[in-house]
Amino acid sequence: MSSEPTEVHHAEGEHGDTMTRKRIWKVFFILLGITCVEFFIALYLVPNGHMAIKVANPVYIVLTLFKAFYIVAFFMHLKFEKVGLVYAILVPILFIIGLILVLTNESHHWITLRL
Amino acid sequence: MSATVTQIDDLKTTPWSGGRSPFNVEYGKMMMWFFLLSDAFTFSSLLISYGALRFSAPTWPSPSLVFQSVPGTSIEHGAPLVFVGLMTFILIMSSVTMVLAVEAGHRNSKKEVIWWMIGTIIGGLMFLSCQALEWNHLHSEGFWWSAIPNKETLQEFFEKGVPFAQQQMTSHQFANLFFTITGFHGFHVFSGVIINIIITLNVLKGTYEKRGSYLMIEKVGLYWHFVDLVWVFVFTFFYLV
Repeated sequence: MSSEPTEVHHAEGEHGDTMTRKRIWKVFFILLGITCVEFFIALYLVPNGHMAIKVANPVYIVLTLFKAFYIVAFFMHLKFEKVGLVYAILVPILFIIGLILVLTNESHHWITLRL
Repeated sequence: MSATVTQIDDLKTTPWSGGRSPFNVEYGKMMMWFFLLSDAFTFSSLLISYGALRFSAPTWPSPSLVFQSVPGTSIEHGAPLVFVGLMTFILIMSSVTMVLAVEAGHRNSKKEVIWWMIGTIIGGLMFLSCQALEWNHLHSEGFWWSAIPNKETLQEFFEKGVPFAQQQMTSHQFANLFFTITGFHGFHVFSGVIINIIITLNVLKGTYEKRGSYLMIEKVGLYWHFVDLVWVFVFTFFYLV
């Protein structure tokens, strides 16, 4: 039993496709870049009327999901794990999407309750 | 010992046919993933209830008006997102130092692991100090759990022409949700810093050098990146949208 963790560790090192320092900084600049784009929208495009807030909000959410992907895939190393583990982590997220759908729908009814 | 490979022998090589770990991760690391998944559910519930309450509200305090000062300096107006931008940068930066510590751990370089871990701890402490300043600033304006500023101050946080009764109602919701969600996140950052300190002390003692692998750094790294991940969502839904 005691030799098991090191075995796993070696197997992980073997397939080579892992985080190098170059790749770490690349992901960092992608995250920084996306955040700068969000600031550009929030501080320049929306106040000066180039972009409606109704357009900006979905854009923010899409950019946030991009950032989430880069953090989970590269910083948390999930992209390089076995496909079984990837699905074990990602499939339960469907429940969260379900709750979002249910509660956004529900909150539209709360508006009429309040009137 | 025949040369022909039967169908059964073929099947035995699949990841789930037994005899080896199908996920190919160490037990503790897998458990950390499952813990983070459950934590993701908790944070999602908080953020989704925030979304539902905000959707159903007739009005909401405008983020660009509530968060337009830089706490700790004399800038009180006209600088939306500057302070939270700094906080976001600090947290992303500490995520980078964490992943660099993990990378140094793969090369069994004890000295580098220690320095990157110390960098991560400093980043975490800086983030927590910023959050303390932010909370203190909002508290001095009159926001707290189920407490809102007086009528004159409150008007500054809304677009013109919103009735006072509506301002009162949504400000209460805003205050409760803001302090609960950023508080819960801040608590995670705080415990992350504590865990990072313990792990760094272990590295200094040479625990992982003796063990022959710095896998523990990866596990706390996962937790730390998750905290960063949650902040990305908190940042979007409280400060941008």
